[in-house]
Amino acid sequence: MEIIVCLKQVPDTEAEIRPTPDNTEINYEGIKFVMNVYDEYAVEEALQIKERVGEGTVTIVTLGPERAVESIRTALAMGADKAVHLDDPAFGGGDAYSTAKALAKAIEGMSYDIIFCGKQAIDDDLAQGGNILGEFLNLPSITGIVKFDLSEDKKKATVQRQIEGGIEVLEVSLPAVFTATKGLNEPRYPSLPGIMKAKKKELKPIKLADLGLSEEEVGKKGAQIQVLKFSLPPVRQAGTIVGGDTPEEKAENLAKLLREEAKVI
Amino acid sequence: MAGIWVYAEHRDGTIRKVTFEILGEAKKLAEQKGEELCAVLVGADVEGMASKLGAYGAERVYCVEAESLSGYTTGGFTKALSDLVQQEKPSILLLGATANGKDLSARVAGRLKVGLATDCTGIAVDDAGTLQARRPMFAGKVYAEVSFSDVTPQMASIRPNVLLALEPDETRKPEVIKITPDVKPEDIRIAVKDIMKTGGEKPDLTEAEIIVSGGRGMKGPENYHILEELADVLSGVVGASRAAVDAGWRPQSDQVGQSGKVVTPNLYIAAGISGSIQHLAGMGTSKVIVAINKDPEAPIFKKADYGVVDDLFKVVPPLTEQVKKLKAE
Repeated sequence: MEIIVCLKQVPDTEAEIRPTPDNTEINYEGIKFVMNVYDEYAVEEALQIKERVGEGTVTIVTLGPERAVESIRTALAMGADKAVHLDDPAFGGGDAYSTAKALAKAIEGMSYDIIFCGKQAIDDDLAQGGNILGEFLNLPSITGIVKFDLSEDKKKATVQRQIEGGIEVLEVSLPAVFTATKGLNEPRYPSLPGIMKAKKKELKPIKLADLGLSEEEVGKKGAQIQVLKFSLPPVRQAGTIVGGDTPEEKAENLAKLLREEAKVI
Repeated sequence: MAGIWVYAEHRDGTIRKVTFEILGEAKKLAEQKGEELCAVLVGADVEGMASKLGAYGAERVYCVEAESLSGYTTGGFTKALSDLVQQEKPSILLLGATANGKDLSARVAGRLKVGLATDCTGIAVDDAGTLQARRPMFAGKVYAEVSFSDVTPQMASIRPNVLLALEPDETRKPEVIKITPDVKPEDIRIAVKDIMKTGGEKPDLTEAEIIVSGGRGMKGPENYHILEELADVLSGVVGASRAAVDAGWRPQSDQVGQSGKVVTPNLYIAAGISGSIQHLAGMGTSKVIVAINKDPEAPIFKKADYGVVDDLFKVVPPLTEQVKKLKAE
């Protein structure tokens, strides 16, 4: 089984995010970066499949700046076998479209049965990459899976996909692209021996020239959407503390306020 | 000819509410651009839903019908919608940012090689007629004003519960155009084996108008019935914080926050939720926020329109009773 996992490094969920003073970029100063939450499920699932099947390779594919190496090493320490890192200034500032373009080109020449991505990156929240990648590689794609079963002959997968108020059970022939969401598994922590081993695993950098794409096709220049301006959400002012001598009285006053003042019930 | 198109998502024979919300806002864009507002229905038997789209503002409705489209598949619907778009060339294509809307829009954008802004909370067109979208990033910690390359259609998926639908006018009759798509089995590629309903008849958190959420302060899964009871009298649904989900008290589909669902109800009641930054990002655009927590220092109070500093177990049951009483009046 050849399994590829696309992985992105993003700011930690607890990080406060602010634009730069001119509002054209995000100020990343002092921010802690981690592996994208949904990509952790993708890595874990890939490792579990490999372990169940008893053979195969899990390859991490990451597009991102130099610091992304930390998250790649985390995945290798979890047990992934090797990684490629699309690290070139030309890849920066892209949208899902131009990022998928570069990823597809890098993956094209590799062998794969399964490609996993996270459902979305929790920084730009586009939730497009897996499907566009599938489109560019001419593979079927299934988004937001919470269960993955490989068929006996390893040629098909039966997966559960989360939708509003339900779960779809879908069957697809491999190779295919799947995006992982919470509920799929419990990602493992890297073990100490795993961390030691990860240092020696292959991590291949890929530059724009290696892909045979032009600068106009990737990153910011190849993007189809661009952010003109960032802003902070409107500040919410703390409102009224509901008075009352007893919890019952507070409940009664709250109900009244919601009915008469806020008019929401 | 162009046109502004709204993809009309439907389930079990009913058009999803977000479709009407998008039509309401898209009508303004269509007027500004001097283009027609069209809706697109894709499925096996959809023509019966066309008039409703007209009532909500669509001037023309494309009904793309084939037996092979009886249930949603990424491949089948992508082919049907992309082919029609390539033939008719709308300038803007809008969808709801639902599970299937996000799935379909991404695959269609990839096929058409166009730009797509996900989960937008506002749309407009500039003087040149280019789509401008406002969308949250980092689950709402920041907002971005997004512009598009001039490749059309410019695409956006729209967050449910944010835009306003028009008052339906049954006298508005749309022009209905039937389309027979060219969808082959090899376009579909995925077999739908089963669809298991998990939420009953209740709306999803992302579409709910009232949400009652519980966090670590609920102390255990056995106590959530008091929130269920409050949600029931409010016709709302129950959500949960990451702490409650990670503890295994609630299913992960109930999680509100940056690694769960971003919600925009009219009323969000947070019981026993301290308000971590990732939770606040996920519910901060709710219209009215109520916090019930015994810790007066809990960060959630800084975002709440109404705060009750007390033991939730002593506040929630009488609140349910009071709401019942008010509703009966």
